Amino acid sequence: MNLRRLLLGGRTASAPVARERLQILLAHERGLRGQSDLLGLLRAEILAVVSRHIVLDPDKVVVRMDRGKTVSTLEVDIEVPNGVERLLAAAAN
Amino acid sequence: MAKVLVVTSGKGGVGKTTSTAALGAALAQAGEKVVVIDFDVGLRNLDLVMGAERRVVFDLINVVQGVAKLSQALIRDKRLDNLWLLPASQTRDKDALTDEGVRAVIADLRTKFDWILCDSPAGIERGATLAMRYADEAVIVTNPEVSSVRDSDRIIGMLDSKTVKAERGERVEKHVLITRYDSARAARGEMLSIEDILEILATPLLGIIPESQDVLKASNVGSPVTLNNAASAPARAYTDAARRLMGETVTMTVPVERKGLMNRLLGRRAA
Repeated sequence: MNLRRLLLGGRTASAPVARERLQILLAHERGLRGQSDLLGLLRAEILAVVSRHIVLDPDKVVVRMDRGKTVSTLEVDIEVPNGVERLLAAAAN
Repeated sequence: MAKVLVVTSGKGGVGKTTSTAALGAALAQAGEKVVVIDFDVGLRNLDLVMGAERRVVFDLINVVQGVAKLSQALIRDKRLDNLWLLPASQTRDKDALTDEGVRAVIADLRTKFDWILCDSPAGIERGATLAMRYADEAVIVTNPEVSSVRDSDRIIGMLDSKTVKAERGERVEKHVLITRYDSARAARGEMLSIEDILEILATPLLGIIPESQDVLKASNVGSPVTLNNAASAPARAYTDAARRLMGETVTMTVPVERKGLMNRLLGRRAA
């Protein structure tokens, strides 16, 4: 740090900070851009398929993508109302 | 084969209009037949930067709506007879532009010109999306500053998804033009470097326009900087960029101001 300050004539270089902030921000924003349509589509189709058998609250269907370095996970979280097993059993008979 | 080139940025005030005028004039000086179109409906300025503000009778909206013929709205430059301007309307708003109308105007211009330069408004709304809609190539004007780089990234995403070329599965050829660059400040680590910007945007470089007083001087008198003072640093940078657009290989340099001895001794900037 001292050496860098010395080389830069006593100033702190702000460009590396700008660069790092941008890289982090844009990685996030590009992710959102690519994903939003796919996730929305998945959510709509999953909702349609499950709704054929169970009455769902659309707000309780959550589709989320977590991007990791080597693998990414797709998380589908559907909250179903209580007593749905009985309805399913009745429907099967 | 005519080429449609959009000059865009997302962010306002980075130099889209200055760059459209300068590149258009440089291409025309090289013998190409060029039209520059102002897409900033309601806030037109390309006419002013080109020095044609008092010659506007009809505009892009009039042509789109069939009120005027294209030949009536086109304004021929007084300095270069193969450079033309199609001004925007100052009294209407952006909703007056329609996709179909823009498509028809661009298709007509393609039969008459070598280069069609579309000066995009700032933002990502209708005016900006229509300016890029029919583009074959794009110049993304970027300042070495975080908000400008972020907006450029967003615009690059739109060029890859919302243009006719992208929808057909083809690619709009994209170039980054860095304006208002100060190599001394970049060297001191006070400004994003060219390498930083190119790495972040992952798009090839068209040119580096140095921060210069000549740009303001040229717009003050209504002349593209490449015509107003061809020997100035920004003019040389724009001329090199125009040659690259024409497919020439030109070594990338940051032109520097040439200060006279007296000015240097007096520590004074050229007035």
